[in-house]
Amino acid sequence: MEPKIALDLYRTMVLIRTFEEAILREYHADKKPVFDIGAGQIPGEMHLSAGQEPVAAGVCAHLTTDDAVTATHRPHHFAIAHGVDLRKMAAEIFGRVDGLGHGRGGHMHLFDPDTHFSCSGIIAEGYPPALGQALAFQRQGNARIAVAVTGEGAANQGAFHESLNLASLWKLPVVFVVEDNDWGISVPRSASTCVTSNAVRAAGYDMPGERVEDNSVEAVHAAAERAVARARAGEGPSLIEVHTLRLWGHFEGDAQGYRPDLEGVPGRDPLPTYEAELRRAGVLGDAGAREAADAAAQRVEDAIAFAKQSAEPAPETARDYVFA
Amino acid sequence: MTLTEPSSPVPTSTQRKLSTAKAMVEGIAQEMERDPGVFVLGEDVGSYGGIFSSTTGLLEKFGPQRVLDTPISETAFIGTAIGAAVEGMRPIVELMFVDFFGVCMDQIYNHMAKIHFESGGNLTVPMVLTTAVGGGYSDGAQHSQCLWGTFAHLPGMKVVVPSTPADAKGLMISAIRDDNPVVYLFHKGIMGLPWMAKNRRSIGPVPEDEYEVPIGKASIVRPGRDVTIVTLSLSVHHALDVADELAGDNVECEVIDLRSLVPMDTDTILESVGRTGRLLVVDEDYLSFGLSGEVIARVVERDPTLLRAPARRVCVPDVPIPYARSLEYAVLPTADRIRRAVLEVVTA
Repeated sequence: MEPKIALDLYRTMVLIRTFEEAILREYHADKKPVFDIGAGQIPGEMHLSAGQEPVAAGVCAHLTTDDAVTATHRPHHFAIAHGVDLRKMAAEIFGRVDGLGHGRGGHMHLFDPDTHFSCSGIIAEGYPPALGQALAFQRQGNARIAVAVTGEGAANQGAFHESLNLASLWKLPVVFVVEDNDWGISVPRSASTCVTSNAVRAAGYDMPGERVEDNSVEAVHAAAERAVARARAGEGPSLIEVHTLRLWGHFEGDAQGYRPDLEGVPGRDPLPTYEAELRRAGVLGDAGAREAADAAAQRVEDAIAFAKQSAEPAPETARDYVFA
Repeated sequence: MTLTEPSSPVPTSTQRKLSTAKAMVEGIAQEMERDPGVFVLGEDVGSYGGIFSSTTGLLEKFGPQRVLDTPISETAFIGTAIGAAVEGMRPIVELMFVDFFGVCMDQIYNHMAKIHFESGGNLTVPMVLTTAVGGGYSDGAQHSQCLWGTFAHLPGMKVVVPSTPADAKGLMISAIRDDNPVVYLFHKGIMGLPWMAKNRRSIGPVPEDEYEVPIGKASIVRPGRDVTIVTLSLSVHHALDVADELAGDNVECEVIDLRSLVPMDTDTILESVGRTGRLLVVDEDYLSFGLSGEVIARVVERDPTLLRAPARRVCVPDVPIPYARSLEYAVLPTADRIRRAVLEVVTA
């Protein structure tokens, strides 16, 4: 891989991790000593994507902000990799008036018209609207595409299967991405899914299916390159499943008592793994790593500060935006 | 709003007459001609022309790029309409029977109806979801419901229900041009279908030009001094039949066709009840937790002294629509039930 591309992937992953570590701090800071999910400056459920950065970085490297991305309830890594404004995103997570949805959406419902980014809090139901975005792009006759993301648990939902069929039938420019982090909340893939790889399900819908086993950002990048090229060429959808890793809980506050592999998880963190790989290859040195870390820290600090200084939406505006 | 203001073009006897189905299709076709972003998708909307003739002739006129038959995958194709709408197109997507909403309700109420809100107004979802409602022909409990109250209960979508050919066209044009998602529910019994017992008003005068019937404006289809009947869709015609009949007995019914549940024209209802002092709500949807309770609540909340007699309602009692004709007609809001209720209200 070209060093420049490798470094870009690395920097994207660092930015995502830095952002989520900051959110993690801010989220828990005001919820102690007794955890209260609705308390504090970031209220509500929080699903962080640490460990899954390779999927977003590898896929979104092939996209421009003219392409659409529909992510899941665990959306931050894809939002950042796709270029959603970090300040507005942070402000939305804080529920502030300068957020993407002026505090109406929250962290599971991020909508950004500038980058055609959206996500859905409902399992698999982000797939169907992505078909419509792809249809609109197909009609416009340009090479824009839609990327639709789910987790492996969502691949057992009807919406997943309906969407694969319709996209293949109409040769829509879609890349379906399945993030297999092994767990649907507390239920392991082996207890929920009859196939060991969702990539094989693509064959049932007459589209290429590819599984990336090792959470390698470069392998995701390569697989996505093929799928994106096929979509842009008007040849129809593809499916990529990435065997990735959820470093932290399903949500913050999840003690993960159901998880037997927990001890070994930190050792499989893809970020230090990739950093070591780049250092071995001579692509990254101390200075480069520090530079990436500093740049990310600066952007994240700025975004969090922006979010904190933004006002809470005025109560008298609670009924705004129901209708256009 | 004034009571004398015509809220839709008043058809004259010299105008050509169309069935409701044809009027609805004409509205769609005129908008498709005007705006290349308008397209139609759904089950059997192509060469079949919609199983209730809601898209007849569109495929021949506009071709398969703009009239798309879909697989039987309501979640996928309604979601497709949503995504296309978000990207600036104006899809019309047909859910064949409203009774099927269970297989795709997430796309409707969590996505179609909420994206504008969740995006803080930054995205719009300008689409029309059409679907057939209503019973009266022994199609059983899974194919005869109205359910408009369900959609009206959930915020973020407008809900329109035409009763006449002229309104069917004008409301369709308004729905397509609206920047919000609009659920357009058409009763099979008003469509003028060749294979169903026809309501005599299902064919009527329809202006040829394109025109809008504003969403959110009720129509006083018959003025009267003694009782206000608030209703919609096929029940408007039953109410008019009863009103004609009772006029001979010196009972003058004022019949209000709501035409939309969201937004609901509360002012017209209040003005009318203010004059008649008596209120009957006729609704082919289920009795409890629905439109009829909502209308009465809005009147009572504003001013309980408007009512000189207790309000009444004729609805489907809380039972699934039965198959056997005798049972189905026992629960539908028939003219007989409406007549009895009117007489009870005016003599109370």
